[in-house]
Amino acid sequence: MKHVLKILTILVAISAFWIGLLQASIVPRSHTWLLPIYFIVSLGCYGLLMVGVGLMRFPTCPQEALLLQKDIAEAKVFLKQNGVDVGSD
Amino acid sequence: MEEKEQKKGKNKYSIIIPTYNERLNIALVVYLIFKHLRDVDFEIIVVDDGSPDGTQEVVKQLQQLYGEDRILLRPRPRKLGLGTAYVHGLKHASGNFVVIMDADLSHHPKYLPSFIKKQLETGASIVTGTRYVKGGGVHGWNLMRKLTSRGANVLAQTFLWPGVSDLTGSFRLYKKSVLEDVISSVVSKGYVFQMEMIVRASREGYHIEEVPITFVDRVFGSSKLGGSEIVEYLKGLAYLLVTT
Repeated sequence: MKHVLKILTILVAISAFWIGLLQASIVPRSHTWLLPIYFIVSLGCYGLLMVGVGLMRFPTCPQEALLLQKDIAEAKVFLKQNGVDVGSD
Repeated sequence: MEEKEQKKGKNKYSIIIPTYNERLNIALVVYLIFKHLRDVDFEIIVVDDGSPDGTQEVVKQLQQLYGEDRILLRPRPRKLGLGTAYVHGLKHASGNFVVIMDADLSHHPKYLPSFIKKQLETGASIVTGTRYVKGGGVHGWNLMRKLTSRGANVLAQTFLWPGVSDLTGSFRLYKKSVLEDVISSVVSKGYVFQMEMIVRASREGYHIEEVPITFVDRVFGSSKLGGSEIVEYLKGLAYLLVTT
């Protein structure tokens, strides 16, 4: 099944549930009408939250840059000794 | 040939590196690969897209040093795109595993042993490097770049459920047959190519494992991410939603 169909299925299921709620009027209708807005807002909040958390916990590796510089220096010495042209970039 | 090698229980790894104007970086990467893969049978396939800076001359010097059977230069006349570079390199690969990595030192060869180890332990069809788990990481990105990256990742995780944490990373090890299978169904170009590869592989049910890698942004030369890449990414995301 194409992935977009899976997502649409979920959306249809949610809307069916919502329409059911509207018909049954267990909760007052005025509240039920607002549910899709809550849904979209909470989806947006989830997205922003995930981006925020991801940003705060973004793994960085400054020490790797230093290690790489060492490796580059080592490689240059070896390559120069063995006749590989690493002079200018 | 592939079967024969597998019967002997001996794996060979073909490392495909596409290059364009990477004369210094390719030499450094080759040195580091030989440094970190000592007891492994491997070959390096450099696919150079007609670099004007003399990348191919440097590769020829490296062939003198390390041997023409270990470093294969398979140039193309001009820039023809990343996806086709892998297809081109794959044609000349004699190993039963293929590693694809960038030449610009953002992918450090010291992680190659962990890719190989992970594959041997799990029997995975694909091992992909991820920057977003413990032990991985990124260096040299400003806040904007991090924000874009996280936003893109959240979007992809929410809509595609790809089953891997790092979709756009391009440091990966494939079983050769799996790479051949997946690459034949991929149509995206450039930036989205890597994402489509891993999503298609995941949908086809291939066993995918991850290893942490660190990513130090281009040391020599400039990085290539701009506004048009974001648009391309979103297009790619929509394309994958309806086709996979």
